[in-house]
Amino acid sequence: MDQMSDQTPDLKTGGDPEPSAAVTLPRNVLVIEDEPNIIEAISFILSRDGWVVATHSNGETAVEAVLKLGPDALILDVMLPGRSGYDILQDLRANETTKDLPVLMLTARGQKNDRELAERLGVNKFMTKPFSNAEVLETMRALVEA
Amino acid sequence: MALPFNILVLVCLAYVVFLFLVAFGADKRASQGGSNWLGLPLIYTLSLSVYCTAWTFYGAVGYAARSGLEYVTIYLGPTLVMIGWWWILRKLVRIGRAQRVTSIADLISSRYGKSNGLGVLVTLLAVVGTTPYIALQLQSVTLSFSVFAAAAPGGFDGVDLSATALWVAVGLALFTILFGTRNLDANERHHGVVTAIAVEAVVKLIALMAVGIFVVWGVAGGTTEIAEMITESPISNWNINPGRWAGLTFLSAAAFLTLPRMFQVLVVENVDERQLATASWAFPTYLMLMSLFVVPIAVAGLNVLPPDANPDLFVLTLPLHYNQQGLAMLSFLGGFSSATSMVIVASIALSTMVSNHIVMPIWLSARRDEGATVSGDVRHLVLTSRRLSIGAVLLLGYLYYYFSGGGAELAAIGLISFAGVAQVLPALLGGIVWRGAARNGAAVGLIAGFAVWAYTLFLPSFGEAGIMSAQMLTNGPWGLEWLRPRALFGLAGLDPVVHALFWSMLINTGAFIVVSLVSFPSPLERLQGAQFVNVFEHSASTKGWAHAGAEAEDLLIMAQRIMGADEAQTLFQAQASDQGKGGYLPDTTPDFIARLERELAGSVGAATAHAMVGQIVGGASVSVEDLMAVADETQQMLEHSSQLEAQQKELTTTARRLSEVNEKLTQLSIQKDAFLSQISHELRTPMTSIRAFSEILRESDLDHAAQEKYAMIIHGEAVRLTRLLDDLLDLSVLENGQVQLYPQHEPLSFVLDRAVAATSSLSAGGIAIRRTPETEAIGLYTDTDRLAQVFINLIANAAKYCEAPAPCLEINVSQKLGELRIDFVDNGGGIPPESQTVIFEKFSRLSDQAAAGGAGLGLAICREIMDKLGGTVTYLPGQNGAAFRVTLPVAM
Repeated sequence: MDQMSDQTPDLKTGGDPEPSAAVTLPRNVLVIEDEPNIIEAISFILSRDGWVVATHSNGETAVEAVLKLGPDALILDVMLPGRSGYDILQDLRANETTKDLPVLMLTARGQKNDRELAERLGVNKFMTKPFSNAEVLETMRALVEA
Repeated sequence: MALPFNILVLVCLAYVVFLFLVAFGADKRASQGGSNWLGLPLIYTLSLSVYCTAWTFYGAVGYAARSGLEYVTIYLGPTLVMIGWWWILRKLVRIGRAQRVTSIADLISSRYGKSNGLGVLVTLLAVVGTTPYIALQLQSVTLSFSVFAAAAPGGFDGVDLSATALWVAVGLALFTILFGTRNLDANERHHGVVTAIAVEAVVKLIALMAVGIFVVWGVAGGTTEIAEMITESPISNWNINPGRWAGLTFLSAAAFLTLPRMFQVLVVENVDERQLATASWAFPTYLMLMSLFVVPIAVAGLNVLPPDANPDLFVLTLPLHYNQQGLAMLSFLGGFSSATSMVIVASIALSTMVSNHIVMPIWLSARRDEGATVSGDVRHLVLTSRRLSIGAVLLLGYLYYYFSGGGAELAAIGLISFAGVAQVLPALLGGIVWRGAARNGAAVGLIAGFAVWAYTLFLPSFGEAGIMSAQMLTNGPWGLEWLRPRALFGLAGLDPVVHALFWSMLINTGAFIVVSLVSFPSPLERLQGAQFVNVFEHSASTKGWAHAGAEAEDLLIMAQRIMGADEAQTLFQAQASDQGKGGYLPDTTPDFIARLERELAGSVGAATAHAMVGQIVGGASVSVEDLMAVADETQQMLEHSSQLEAQQKELTTTARRLSEVNEKLTQLSIQKDAFLSQISHELRTPMTSIRAFSEILRESDLDHAAQEKYAMIIHGEAVRLTRLLDDLLDLSVLENGQVQLYPQHEPLSFVLDRAVAATSSLSAGGIAIRRTPETEAIGLYTDTDRLAQVFINLIANAAKYCEAPAPCLEINVSQKLGELRIDFVDNGGGIPPESQTVIFEKFSRLSDQAAAGGAGLGLAICREIMDKLGGTVTYLPGQNGAAFRVTLPVAM
């Protein structure tokens, strides 16, 4: 509904002054998710770890946002208004600039065929909600260091 | 000198007490299981003597005195049936047992596809046909009392005849209720009553023969003397009318098979098929003995007694004339026995029919929504309804007696009744010998025959001052000669009974055959038809139910309520152990359900049992096995090429229906998967926030404000989860139909007030609500709490989704086309046409914005609630905003 905030994602810097040991440079991460509380939680965890977090909550304009922001990694929800996470992932993999972008998919639909579909489309990591904060952090670090 | 009246009453009471003891003893013996003599063919044969009512006991002599030997036809019909149509009787008894038939109405209903309509029809016919006959019995008892009264020393003018009849009726009702509705066992047999009837049969035979012997050897002085008297009397001169003889013989044969009381003793009370073999010679012998002295008594009466003496009472007045008090008393008891045994058996038979075909179906359909079969004491209800029916049947008989004045000749009423119930014959015989006999044919034949009977015989019998005017009888209605009730279609000159019998049976049978040929029976009807017609080959049961996941426990609960706990548990346990299972809950295989249905049919009739099991088993009444069986049958019928086309058409339709059902099932399965996936998503989403923030709270040194904020988020998400679960449970209860409604009286305005108040406190009060109080002053009787829940949902939705700058919701109430309409119209952008029906589906939030709260179940719940309340909730397009219409039937 509130389209303005989707098109101009706000970058949040970490609230925690000391960057963590694992991530040496500030990394940019874009979180595509439509649940405000989940956005808030992920932003908090990653910011505290030294990430620069941008968020976007509309499926239709998600690919544009990725291309415009050029993040180092992407956290992608599956069930988004407008367009599904799978479609977005497929577009990103088809695009030269984003075909190797590390993507962590988070979904509340944790069935076997969901995971298989995501893996076929070239996801780097697939996690089912609810997730453990520590696991998300570790995964994100691993994704950008690989 | 005659007996004092008091002694007569005393002897009567003593006799009744004796019968009570006999019935009680037999019942007790039967319940102890050691009742070998109850199954004796002799008892069965004697119980068939309910055919010989007071009409036969007193009336046959009167008949002979008036019309000579013609009375023999009344005995000839049953004799021919017993000897010549033995195989029909055997077939009826076999069918009766195989299908657990409870009455003739039940047999007809069961044969023609368990159609309760036919059951009702036959029941009504039986009640109309039997009521005059019961009146006749009351009349005969009363008349015989009056004979004693007249002959008593000093007379006793204080004896009121109609009061006597009333006392007799009340006494008989009590006896019948006591022994006819003691239990509701599966085979529906009344050992006590049958034994008492057998005793009465002996009493009336001895009485009549004693009077006969007295007349021959006591009055006339020997056989040669009586033979001379007979030759000299007018009885031997009267010539025989062949048409009337044939007609009456046919009539009594038909009545023997179709009279409700005869069906009761012949088929329902039959313990063992082999008893028929004995009865086939023993009962004609009984009838022969009963008729042996009729002519001598009639001749002696005509010779000895004054010319104004009522020939119908010769059996009683002859002994009194010769001051033979003991013999007169015996004769009186014989007549009393004849009357009471008929009334008892007839009222048992009629009450079973009325209760099974009229009371139970009404009760069942009235409580369809409440799962009637598993709630309430059905057993108690069945017994109560039978008791009330017995009372009602006897009351009807008494009223008929009271209003008809008891003036008509005894035999005339008997013949009219016979002709009425004989209308069942074509449907009965056709049903057991002709597979093509169809329900529509039976119904049309019965109605037509019954109508002709009523028009040509029953209504004219009330006399010219009665329902039909003398003008109408001689000139026909509206002067149409060919419609004259006693000369229909110009067929004049016949005896009225033969005339009525001829036309009613001809039209009845003709309509039955023609309509059966042109109509097409349903699968269930055809299956039942095959079962009945081929009862000797088929031992297999009708497989009436698909394995539709019937709950064994529900069935057990229902069966307990009808058959009694012990019997039901025994049945279920036996079935379970047959299936190799322990406990009381067998798998609900089609076999078991069919068996259970038959057991229940023994208590409440086939149609009702089918409907009751249907309420629990649900789903289609025709299983795949049914269809296969019908298909087999179809194969056999291929040679009947005229039917082939229609057959195939029906099979195609059935196949198409099957594939439609299959498609629907597949779709349901897909929907179920989607639903589960949705639930998973809706549950996981709030849980994700809860877990993430609880980990954050645990790990970090947060300032107080952040702690507060995150705790609030956790709290909010927990509330959301709870609401989701509540909604899910609510919806599930509503969809399963297990929801209990609590209707109450409340004005609509109050319900709306409550809804508005509830939503304003839910922080959704940002929307202005406009109402028109004067239209809302409508009293409702419904579950208003549920209705308020619907209103709350609609108001909350408007508050959440209306994006107008000054959101406003109008609530308009109107009444049109028999329904109450409550419209909720907001001033927002409305809902696009393609989504207007989708919104009522589960999880169909249009915006996918969980922020709007709720899980997208609100409207689905609304729809279910309105469905349960008998109303609707729909989207109302074209209102310049989102608009929902709630309707309720105005009758509420």
